[in-house]
Amino acid sequence: MKFGVIVFPGSNCDLDSYHLVRDVLNKEVEYIHYSEKSVGRRDVIILPGGFTYGDYLRSGAIARFSPVMNAVAEFADKGGLVLGICNGFQVLTEAGLLPGALCRNHHLQFRCEQVFVRVDNNSLPFTLSASLGKVLEMPVAHGDGSYYAPPELLEEMKANDQIVFRYTDQNGDVTPQANPNGSLENIAGVCNRAGNVVGLMPHPERAGEKVLGSRHGLIIFKSIISYLTGREVVRNV
Amino acid sequence: MSDQDLHRTLGLTDHEYKLITEQMGREPNEVELNMYSVMWSEHCSYKHSRSALKLFPTTSPRVIQGPGENAGVVDIGDGWAAVFKIESHNHPSAIEPHQGAATGVGGILRDIYTMGAQPVAFLNSLRFGNLETARGRYLFDGVVGGIGGYGNCVGIPTVAGEIYFEPCYEGNPLVNAMCVGIMPADQLVLGKASGEGNLVVLVGALTGRDGIHGVTFASEELSEESEEKRPAVQVGDPFMGKLLMDATLETIGKKLVTGVQDFGGAGLTCALTETASRAGTGIEVDLDQVPLREEDMHPFEILTSESQERMLLIVEPDKLKAVEEVFGRWDLKPAVIGKVTSGETVTARYQGEVVASVPAASVAGGAPVYNPESREPAYFRELANYDPLNMPLPEDYGEVLLKLLAAPDIASKEWVWRRYDYMVRTCTLQGPGGDSAVIRIRETGKALAMSVDGNGRHTYLDPYRGGMMAVAEATRNLSCSGADPIGITDCLNFGNPEKPEIYWQFSQAVEGMAEACRVLNVPVVGGNVSFYNEVQGEAIYPTPVVGAVGLLKDPAKQCVPALRRDGDHLFLLGPQEVSLGGSQYLKSWCGKVSGSLAEVDLEAERDVQDLIRDLINADLVQSAHDLSDGGLAVALAESCLSGRIGAQVNLAPSDYLPLALFGEGPSRVLFSVAPEDADRVSQLIMEAKVESSKIGIVKGDALIISHGDDIILKLELSAMQAAYEEVFSCIME
Repeated sequence: MKFGVIVFPGSNCDLDSYHLVRDVLNKEVEYIHYSEKSVGRRDVIILPGGFTYGDYLRSGAIARFSPVMNAVAEFADKGGLVLGICNGFQVLTEAGLLPGALCRNHHLQFRCEQVFVRVDNNSLPFTLSASLGKVLEMPVAHGDGSYYAPPELLEEMKANDQIVFRYTDQNGDVTPQANPNGSLENIAGVCNRAGNVVGLMPHPERAGEKVLGSRHGLIIFKSIISYLTGREVVRNV
Repeated sequence: MSDQDLHRTLGLTDHEYKLITEQMGREPNEVELNMYSVMWSEHCSYKHSRSALKLFPTTSPRVIQGPGENAGVVDIGDGWAAVFKIESHNHPSAIEPHQGAATGVGGILRDIYTMGAQPVAFLNSLRFGNLETARGRYLFDGVVGGIGGYGNCVGIPTVAGEIYFEPCYEGNPLVNAMCVGIMPADQLVLGKASGEGNLVVLVGALTGRDGIHGVTFASEELSEESEEKRPAVQVGDPFMGKLLMDATLETIGKKLVTGVQDFGGAGLTCALTETASRAGTGIEVDLDQVPLREEDMHPFEILTSESQERMLLIVEPDKLKAVEEVFGRWDLKPAVIGKVTSGETVTARYQGEVVASVPAASVAGGAPVYNPESREPAYFRELANYDPLNMPLPEDYGEVLLKLLAAPDIASKEWVWRRYDYMVRTCTLQGPGGDSAVIRIRETGKALAMSVDGNGRHTYLDPYRGGMMAVAEATRNLSCSGADPIGITDCLNFGNPEKPEIYWQFSQAVEGMAEACRVLNVPVVGGNVSFYNEVQGEAIYPTPVVGAVGLLKDPAKQCVPALRRDGDHLFLLGPQEVSLGGSQYLKSWCGKVSGSLAEVDLEAERDVQDLIRDLINADLVQSAHDLSDGGLAVALAESCLSGRIGAQVNLAPSDYLPLALFGEGPSRVLFSVAPEDADRVSQLIMEAKVESSKIGIVKGDALIISHGDDIILKLELSAMQAAYEEVFSCIME
């Protein structure tokens, strides 16, 4: 089982994902430079958080033209697992691998804080270890995290069960106070139609050790691992 | 314009001009004079502060590199070192708060990785005037946005800071940025241009006209014309900063570079003359090879531009290709602009002609050292004689405490720090809001605690004691988290040192700080002096800010202010002598900045810090919080609020309750202990011969303070929380 973490110019949470996978989950992980034309033989690709190209244009708008993004699209096409965190989520929406867009936070400020998100789809490789409606505590740290999709797209996403995470209060209730950035319907994370590409604004890789305040982010990585382990078992039968 | 007039325009005195001609053995040409003027500015030459700064102890068995390099380096065991420094960016922030603060952060970041260290944390110390004016809010919002904008983008967490508001900072806010890094001790690289024939390489952003004479601007008082100096403020590019940091660290890690120097104040001139003079070499540079952003730049502009995000590397010729490869991976193109020579002269050519040829040591270190006249200001004794105990007693102490909790100086700064990414790199064990921040070191299993502290009001009323208290409080914050203080860096913000009263404040404060460093056994390993913080002739409060770093051998033992369990015993450690002079009570409740400060007993301070660390390391402490602004009552309220639990406290008999509740003094720590450990703790306190008293217990959901049989203060947590937590969102939104 091999993880790959893409490093764009300006990525800065690459280290955090790398550390979590290698030191906390004890799985194999390598960095993939943005200029690579292939993602190699890997099972999961993580697009980490950061400020690719400074986010001076629209967040993720330049990174999506990186050579490696063609390879990521091919990988996703073939069913490979792709996880975009924060700026990685923004890159995936810019690249059209995920629906919708991430706009400026409604209060126009960068916001770094612990939030609660509810798992609204637990049938994905990224969430299968969570119960439906499970509330996870994880940090957010972004300025452009307000999720938007036009009404018809949103309906389509709902019909396909593509809304994976919503900001809620501690009890799992969707409230305006629980929404840190003005996201439409408190959407914190979505998936593509096939369910093998997921993006979310909160940082599960920052919630993987008790000393950092929460271990709830592990459930996403553990889901991925048990999904891949199951597949390996099937493959080996 | 004759040269005589030119040197004055450039901020040099006639005496200094004469000195330059003596050191050069001839008259400087215009380009050379520009180079001298930036390097001999107060900002670069420390000409008014150098003699006083000699008082600081700068060595200890842990110190690898003291002041004089880009940052201080301290051994933290296991073959690793901590690298840290604080620096001011006050004047730029007064004119353009967002970019001023952002480039302050970018500049201090470069100082750290220039040494070969991976930056791991930012801290900052800020001062503003009144938030009730639109301009006050604009400056505050802009500075906070600038700090976050740079730090968040480069991916280094901003983990601690302090902010105070006083009318004296209205036109001249203070923005002091600190950065801490770590590295394998043997990876240390110095800013030396050694090795004749080695290449001088410039990499990073293009050179433009921004920030020309920024250091000269920083070395004079602000005035109505300062607004016109907006072009002297540089513009930050944190994206470039991030690429440059990663690639530079890679070249250092791969041992591809001989010397590294960042471009800060005074730009290329500073980088060339400092690296050459440190190595005792010369440099020949071809200005036509400097990649420019603008056409037709004059040689002096190329030599003094303060364009941000540039680095100077000294590279052996056969390693150039490897260096180019590392930077090329991030689309950065290093430019060879010159080479190291055997002389001690920095020579610059432009379009084939020699346009400057200066003795490196003279430009970088030949500025005169002044011993300015010093005079005790008239206000000093007048204010010290004021007796705050004559103030009428408040009717309701609860109301006073709520008012103090809601004072912007004390109130929760969450509105500020939630705009900073304080978690990136996933090493933040304690972020903003505690006594000190704690960052783990993955490579050694240990952690660094860090804190910034300074109280301008105290230092104004008594510069000597104020200086001592700044060092005492910064290190006490570390001790309260369980960490051993290992070094400090200081940022000394003062008015115009050519005024005797200001120089008196400065020298007194430095003496106090130096004395505290000696007794507390903590070296100063670097820092920065910012003079001329004056608007229309009115100086700021003398504001020394201390950034302290400590080593926490076992991060699991880290202690925080939050009270934990119902029934725990509350202890107050340290001398009981306090004062209302210069206190938050006097400022916020009585509207006065006056009185004299409590005495500082540095031996007692050392004993208190040693003891609290020992108790924490023996696992006997549930929570610990340093007492500072607002005294015991505020420390209790803060400990309750962060633990979301109440406390019941009995005050020692007192003739004047405001003093007992809100009096301020050094060397005091509030801590809580599990009931089963209370006897053991009392025993250890007695053995250590440290003053202490058991003052109450952790209990319920209110803070209740009694005096004798009377309850004199009772506040529900929710009431305190509302006062403490909503101040900034109410003012700013």
